[in-house]
Amino acid sequence: MRNLVRANTTEFWLILVILALSLFLSAATEQFFSLVNFTDLMNTSAVNLIFAMGLVVVLIAGGIDISFAVAASVVQYVTALALMSLGGGNWALGFIIAGLCGITLGAVNAALIHHFRIISIVVTIATFNVFFGLLMFFTRGVSIYNLPDWWSARIILWEQETASGAWAELTLPVLVMSICVFLTWMLIGHSSTGRQLYAYGDNPEAARRIGINEAAMQYIAFGWLGLMTGIAGLMQVNYAQEVVPNALFGRELDVLAAVVLGGARLGGGRGTVFGCVMGVLLIAIAENGLNLLGVSPYAFKMVVGAIILVAITLSNLSLDTLVRQRT
Amino acid sequence: MAERAGPGAVLAMQRVSKTFGGVKALDHVAFEVRAGEVHCLAGENGSGKSTLIKIATGVYSADPGADIRIAGQRVAAPTPGLARRLGIAVIWQDLALFPEMTVAENIAFETLLGARPRLASQRRLRETAQRALDRLDVALDLEAPLRRLPIAKRQIVAIARALVGEAKLIFMDEPTASLTQTETDHLLAIVRNLAAGGVAVVFVSHRLAEVLEIAGAVTVLRDGGLVGVFPTAGMTQSRLTELMTGQTFDNAVAARDRSTAAPVLEVRGLTRSGEYQDIDLTIRAGETVGITGLIGAGRTELGHTLFGMTRAERGEIRLHGRPVAFRSNKDAIRAGVAYVSEDRLSLGLIQPQSIADNLALPVLDRLLSGGLISPRRKAELVDSWIRDLAVKIGKPDDPVSTLSGGNQQRIVLAKWLATEPRLLILDAPTVGVDVGARAGIFAIIRKLAEQGLAILLISDEAPEVHFNADRVLHMAGGRIVGEYDPRETSLAALERAVYA
Repeated sequence: MRNLVRANTTEFWLILVILALSLFLSAATEQFFSLVNFTDLMNTSAVNLIFAMGLVVVLIAGGIDISFAVAASVVQYVTALALMSLGGGNWALGFIIAGLCGITLGAVNAALIHHFRIISIVVTIATFNVFFGLLMFFTRGVSIYNLPDWWSARIILWEQETASGAWAELTLPVLVMSICVFLTWMLIGHSSTGRQLYAYGDNPEAARRIGINEAAMQYIAFGWLGLMTGIAGLMQVNYAQEVVPNALFGRELDVLAAVVLGGARLGGGRGTVFGCVMGVLLIAIAENGLNLLGVSPYAFKMVVGAIILVAITLSNLSLDTLVRQRT
Repeated sequence: MAERAGPGAVLAMQRVSKTFGGVKALDHVAFEVRAGEVHCLAGENGSGKSTLIKIATGVYSADPGADIRIAGQRVAAPTPGLARRLGIAVIWQDLALFPEMTVAENIAFETLLGARPRLASQRRLRETAQRALDRLDVALDLEAPLRRLPIAKRQIVAIARALVGEAKLIFMDEPTASLTQTETDHLLAIVRNLAAGGVAVVFVSHRLAEVLEIAGAVTVLRDGGLVGVFPTAGMTQSRLTELMTGQTFDNAVAARDRSTAAPVLEVRGLTRSGEYQDIDLTIRAGETVGITGLIGAGRTELGHTLFGMTRAERGEIRLHGRPVAFRSNKDAIRAGVAYVSEDRLSLGLIQPQSIADNLALPVLDRLLSGGLISPRRKAELVDSWIRDLAVKIGKPDDPVSTLSGGNQQRIVLAKWLATEPRLLILDAPTVGVDVGARAGIFAIIRKLAEQGLAILLISDEAPEVHFNADRVLHMAGGRIVGEYDPRETSLAALERAVYA
């Protein structure tokens, strides 16, 4: 047990904090511990979780990306325009276009990083501005509302009327998110490629000497994030039922914060899918709780920032050093 | 050379050159290793050993014109993956391991390589890793993350990794640098076993005694050129040193009688539980006292207390006859104690900054003029130290990282000497330093002693203290268990006592 806790210190802390927070919120508010609130939480967190699944792969491989959220907006526009010119399309076509478009934008980042040897933060700050600038320039900031029906319609996978008369329902993004989580878990935890990504992020020089293909690592990491970006963009439209060019602007830092909170290390080699899910959920629960407590939304960021600082400090202290000091 | 070529060559390299930005790191070097042979690659830092290994294993590509054959097959452009498939494994000096990953994954990483994604079976990784560890006859926790292992165990992991798969040739770049004598002996036994099984081993080590003990032949490089290939039978350490450096060094005992000089440091009954017990020690002005013993004997811990970094629980420290109680190393520095630590190359210098800035750092307050650093005073200080220590540098404004290891060592010494200490503690001052630079450093130390500095020389290499100290103390299990006068005791007797 101690070994299990030691090997997953961050996850262990996150579970404790989430439990404590949930207990407190259940006691402090009437609505928190309810099926409706739980399904709402899942529906609203789905898009961020999909983003997080992509970003954690890049962080594990030793990179960072802050362009993915605006890239998702670009994907939304390109997909909407393509679908309209194709006469409407369907879900399959939507996933293919959005996925390919996302992978292409990810590949642009990977190419700049690998072939021009620029560090990823610089590359993605640049592409963040390029993507967003191009998007605002060509769209003139105009939103798209007349989307194909299949895209903007809410697809309810599961619903149940509660005693209070409200409906608890799980929508399509939750299913898609679950699939993305599973695939990412398979990729980084259980495939040879995933272990190579860890190794590459952990010690790039050692990875090079053992014969890991550096270009492949960059393209896979940023390509995976690109794919997740495309899918998240597609799902965000389904959730919001419109395409707004700056809707996702700023989302990159929320996701980055959640992923780092989940134990991924800036600098590579560390991070898990489980930790990532916990990180996103902790922030979502905190926001949800503050909302239910009637705290001003302006306080959200402050509280979320404080949570991140406390969590990172605790996990840096690490259970291991605490244990060792006592023995 | 011709008589060595033949069908048994696992690796044959001809006309290997490598240029880095105009500097020739290797110039028309030939290198050949046969199956079942333990071959040593010898040369000082910067002689091109590591570059040669990196070319053989595809990390670097050689300049055009090279001919590289692995197992008789000509390889136009080796890559790390190709070299590995052809049976070449390397234990890198910096180990090149993955600290966040488990021991099992580190050892058996090879099974995860390849472009085609497939399931990574933890069970298979563990089995592969266990088989490699079994061959070495050591037990390690396969599930532990590598970063929790001490350096000697990481070394074992790196060796085990080389044994995974069918390596025909294993390069070992300074595999014993961080091992104790027992661990080294164990490793040498493993190397003999491998060779007996037909594996060729190329051994790189600064410890020449080891080289002569294990290798059958030695290829010597100097300044990127090939000096020659020699059998180790009949070779002596001093002859090998001469070949590597192109100079002759005399290993004479330097001890002198300083028993009449005034004591600088007097230690009585010093104890810190778990580290050292009942230490009595006197160092007189101009005297060099050597402390040797195995790793874990408490040598470094004693040094830390004398430098004020830890505090003794019992006992007394006197400097110039006055009792002192350092609260921190700042107090110690003020009282005239300087400590040059083992890991000074990483911790002792700010690599990207200039030589002058590094030298001036500990004494900035003495260079002030009206609140600002006086360029004139700084230049004077820097010039005088560079002259005194005979450091070969380009300009004082060049970054420290451009200097060779030996010269960096001198800069670290100069940096501490600029604080004008009365007692200098040197902890393993020559770890990772080649023979030529060692001789230079000890010449400086001797000169400092003649000027009246008291020196405590801590080293796990018995010859180092034997040849350079006036008195040698042997530490074991936290106690001083013996005192030797190098003029009366032979090195062999000291080594028997320390390593037995």
